[in-house]
Amino acid sequence: MTVPILSTQADVSLEIAAIADQHDAASPGAQPRLDYTPYRSAILRHPTKDLHHADPETIERWAPCFGPQDVDPLEADLTIQHSGEPIGERITVTGRVVDGDGRPVRRQLVEVWQANAGGRYIHQRDQHPAPIDPNFTGAGRILTGDDGSYTFQTIKPGPYPWKNHRNAWRPAHIHFSLFGTEFTQRMVTQMYFPGDPLFALDPIYQSITDAGARDRLVATYDHNLTVPEWSTGYRWDIVLSGSHRTLMDDEEPDA
Amino acid sequence: MSTLPTPGAAPTPGQTVGPFFHYALPYEGDAELVPAGSAGAIRLHGQVMDGAGVPVPDALVEIWQAAPDGSVVQQAGSLHRDGWTFTGWGRCATDRAGHYSFSTLLPGSTEPGAAPFFAVTVFARGLLDRLLTRAYVPGDALDADPLLASVGPRRDTLIASPDPQGLLFDIHLQGPRETVFLTFPGR
Ligand SMILES: [Fe+2]
Repeated sequence: MTVPILSTQADVSLEIAAIADQHDAASPGAQPRLDYTPYRSAILRHPTKDLHHADPETIERWAPCFGPQDVDPLEADLTIQHSGEPIGERITVTGRVVDGDGRPVRRQLVEVWQANAGGRYIHQRDQHPAPIDPNFTGAGRILTGDDGSYTFQTIKPGPYPWKNHRNAWRPAHIHFSLFGTEFTQRMVTQMYFPGDPLFALDPIYQSITDAGARDRLVATYDHNLTVPEWSTGYRWDIVLSGSHRTLMDDEEPDA
Repeated sequence: MSTLPTPGAAPTPGQTVGPFFHYALPYEGDAELVPAGSAGAIRLHGQVMDGAGVPVPDALVEIWQAAPDGSVVQQAGSLHRDGWTFTGWGRCATDRAGHYSFSTLLPGSTEPGAAPFFAVTVFARGLLDRLLTRAYVPGDALDADPLLASVGPRRDTLIASPDPQGLLFDIHLQGPRETVFLTFPGR
């Protein structure tokens, strides 16, 4: 296919709309389309053959284990990693990680990373001329609780420009890396904030052609998580794909 | 094999790992499931390539595998390796040449006669969702493997090849040698 060298937002929005029009109700598009070329980096990096259907073998029905020796509880607070306070809006993000059958994913690793309040990553390849915050790195780890819950404290990330097309901006987001109870459930995704005006313009978010599925990436503002005179709170639950393993004796279904 | 019914709860969609994961996901010792050069250690390595045959310098490869005796390891400690505990899991970001390299042990057969393999996950900028595949250990057991029997002429993309330090396994995201990537029931 031919793709303009440097598209405008209008060009990309037309491509997004054209693919949305072809959206096939029979194949819901609940996962991103790997061949979603409005995201230019996908053009040469998506498999062109269909994914091969496989039955999980033994090793694929288990996942790696992580424990207290892997994660310091302080890693769940991204606002205390330096001597001073980071700039920006303090937030709490909390939720549960469950599998496709609703069972909590217990004592499992969650990794998060994000831009600072100005939309800048501590990454040598980030060229966005927004200030680096010397008091904010933007990476954290959490081990889920027995109910699959996770919680971390951070600063609300800013939206940031990228070079997908001219005047391309990503909606504000936090990257999440998740493990389940099985290898097949491994997932990396992004959590977004409610009402972001950039949703309609963003080819990464729009690569999920099912609107209901896209909505599942958006956290909910929860005033019960908001701490007086301190921080606001967001809730985001994560559902991994279905599991294939028979329940073990020590893995009672959630009552 | 027991398979639970297709679940009712709608799964959360994946998204690309993006270009800026290097300060968050890689960590010291991530690719050394066992210390390089220790007894029984082998190297599993290769390049991640795009559809133009250009190496992908911003991919992340993870492996998950059985122990040499075929047992499934359920040991914590991958993030702070103590040098003695084999956890069966590792992670490696590709370098400027698109190359990844693990120091690990050869996985054993999880059932008598089963073909041993490394379960492999691939993330990259430009890749909107993670890809799953297998890197099979070469050997006679491959002939009876049901997955390899079902993939046809692209079977070789799933089999690692011996090299002086261990095994070589290149991953082609696209192109004439595109790796067979897998999807499992429930997603
Ligand atoms: Fe990002």
